[in-house]
Amino acid sequence: MTALRMEHITKVYPNGVVANRDIVFDVAVGEIHALSGENGAGKTTLMKILFGEETATEGKIFIHGEEQYIHTSQDALKLGIGMVHQHFMLVPSLTVTENIILGIEMRKGLSIDYTQSKKLVQEYGEKYHMYLDPDAKVKDLSVGQKQKLEILKVLIRGAKILILDEPTAVLTPQETAELFTELKHLRNEGFTIIFISHKLSEVRELCDHITIIRKGESKGVYALADITDEEISQKMVGRDVELTIARSEGKRGKTLLKVENLSVLEEGGKPRVDNVSFNLHEGEILGIAGVEGNGQSELVDVITGLGNFQHGSVLFQNKPIKYNHVKEIREAGIGHIPEDRMSIGIASNLSITENLLADKTRWKEFFGKNGLLIKQKIRSFSAKMVEDYAILCRDPEVPISSLSGGNIQKVVLARELSSKPQLIVANQPTRGVDVGATEFIRKQLLSMRDAGGAVLLVSSDLRELFGLSDRLLVMYEGKFAACITDLTSIDEQGLGRYMLGLDTQDTEMVMRNAQ
Amino acid sequence: MTVLSTIFSFQFVDMWLRVATPLIFTSMGAVVCERSGVVNLGLEGIMLSAALMGVLGSAFSGSLFIGLLSGLAMGLFLSAVFAYFHLVLKANEVLCGTAINTFAGGFTVFMLEIVTGEKGTSASIKSMAFPTVDIPIIQHIPVLGQLLSGHNLLTYFAFIMVGVLWYLLYKTPIGLRIRAVGENEHAIHSVGISVTKVRFLAIMICGVMASLGGMYLSMGYLNMFVRDMVAGRGFISLAANAMGHATPVGTMLSALVFAFFDGLSNILQALKIPSEFVQMLPYAATIVGLVLYSIQRINAVKRHKAKSFA
Repeated sequence: MTALRMEHITKVYPNGVVANRDIVFDVAVGEIHALSGENGAGKTTLMKILFGEETATEGKIFIHGEEQYIHTSQDALKLGIGMVHQHFMLVPSLTVTENIILGIEMRKGLSIDYTQSKKLVQEYGEKYHMYLDPDAKVKDLSVGQKQKLEILKVLIRGAKILILDEPTAVLTPQETAELFTELKHLRNEGFTIIFISHKLSEVRELCDHITIIRKGESKGVYALADITDEEISQKMVGRDVELTIARSEGKRGKTLLKVENLSVLEEGGKPRVDNVSFNLHEGEILGIAGVEGNGQSELVDVITGLGNFQHGSVLFQNKPIKYNHVKEIREAGIGHIPEDRMSIGIASNLSITENLLADKTRWKEFFGKNGLLIKQKIRSFSAKMVEDYAILCRDPEVPISSLSGGNIQKVVLARELSSKPQLIVANQPTRGVDVGATEFIRKQLLSMRDAGGAVLLVSSDLRELFGLSDRLLVMYEGKFAACITDLTSIDEQGLGRYMLGLDTQDTEMVMRNAQ
Repeated sequence: MTVLSTIFSFQFVDMWLRVATPLIFTSMGAVVCERSGVVNLGLEGIMLSAALMGVLGSAFSGSLFIGLLSGLAMGLFLSAVFAYFHLVLKANEVLCGTAINTFAGGFTVFMLEIVTGEKGTSASIKSMAFPTVDIPIIQHIPVLGQLLSGHNLLTYFAFIMVGVLWYLLYKTPIGLRIRAVGENEHAIHSVGISVTKVRFLAIMICGVMASLGGMYLSMGYLNMFVRDMVAGRGFISLAANAMGHATPVGTMLSALVFAFFDGLSNILQALKIPSEFVQMLPYAATIVGLVLYSIQRINAVKRHKAKSFA
């Protein structure tokens, strides 16, 4: 029995961009159906059409066999379709209960019936194994709990068909596992779930069928039992992708970055980075693993001059790095691919060209002696970057925000690498980036290493860390729980135990290996 | 000593409440608007226009009620204009608010001259005024009676509105929606509620409050309209709202603080202090108040952080 069928959906935006072209999307009742494709392939657009946030230019939607016209999200909710967005739609200062009942408030006289509302939240939480404190403020919840709240919100509105837009992008491995248990439980209860993701391992673990979309067109629907990872990625990307990363043995050169007894304290004195020391050498990729929030971001901020530190020293080519001296740090040869590319990696309203030039405003070749732009050189530079880094765009003068996530990250990478850094600090360089761009970015980082540069790679993608790193440090509560010099000696489970603080290596050994 | 003894007198309390009334009304409007995510700079203009229309309406109909309705109608009309430009045409809210204020400054004088032939005041026509109220029984109790009884009807109403708006914001569905839309409009949109409708309602509620504040000035505080009589009270109300953290009770207290200095300046004028200096006081107090408030808030955040990491 089909829960929903979208027939021949075409969506053309007013600016002429075709987001969806003649897509057929069929989902059976009680299954978890993956919707996969690269960033910008049109998955989210298709789901927004289903949820009433966009209107299709052409095509029909059938819910439980009947044709329906969905113009607003209210229509979709009435038909039992609920969507959990990639970015949470929550109000931080309100409680769990208040967020859930928003728009469907139960009344007692003029007031909201809070007693009944809380009871409802508790009932649903127990029924679907998603227990949350009804009185907790949303701002105090963890990311995983917020996601539960979003799912509860949708369930209480009576949704039978749930759309989850890249739900695991923000979750830790443990939270992901918990989410999967909950989703499987929902499937057993007869709910239909559409799971948008481009992480093949997750799709394989969770889903029954997969619909693959590439460049706005459907590449077919498959039972996951009948299709290999290679076939899926081939259909997603349109060519063969190397899922394993080919790399040569590194040639470790002299020490480039020396971090000694570094501590970063929060206001109030709690250490976020707790007395850590390590060296990074030329021709080396040093990976940093850890569950998010264990001090990785603070460490990166110190090295890039964006964050202050209280104890210890950081020497780059034997010169100390000082807080707030970002200009000097960059000129000394440190590049930065920031974790939050949308807010500090780029200026979203500016063009690709302008973003590429953001760190080169003192370059005489572009700005001349009198400080005026030398248009011709700038244009040829950005044209070259767009070509070299395979940035998909109509024209380098379009605002960077019109690009997909993967292409934005390529612009950041192009800007940083074109300034010829000796050390690049890459914080989650491929998060939320599609398969094709991920492969490209990883190759660039490797070739930088092979050319004698150094990379500090912070990532939550374990496969990326295993595939790229020469050495791997594991951070737990601000300290290094382990330093792994031979990556073949450990598997993901073993690494996970260090990340969770279940195991720790001998401190002396970590100190020695981190040098 | 004379200043102190004047301050600790029933006359001063009376004056304090008189100057506080318009600030409380209007700042309550500012609270509702701010909570819905709209900064309404047009409060000043809405107050001024409502003040005039209240006077004209009551003078020509001979009915206080009709006066009240015309003042409210004017305030709601300007609020609707603000809402239409800001919410529907997506114009910048600062520009919309400033436009309302500029419009009101000219419009009121223009209307005043057409109707009365004068540009300064409406003294030549007879406006109705909101009555003062003597509370039975309480008025005869010493001290308490003098403190609580004998104020203008709107003064009582202003304090009642603080409670009403508190109830509206924290206990009713529409209040929940207003608070939610101000913090994350996507949250409201994603559950199928129109962001524009919620904000429109908030702006209209604000319009009612600002109109009452304006009408109190011309039909309670004074008994006539004087050009530019609002004199920055709309902006002070916004400041009270900021200092009160957009909570009804906190904002009311802030409004009372500002009104205290306003009252004080009235007293000091009787002494030999230059009147320009005295007239500056309420505004200087507003600035000092905002600075103190910010310092205290920064410290509170620090303390909170220290506590949560201890």
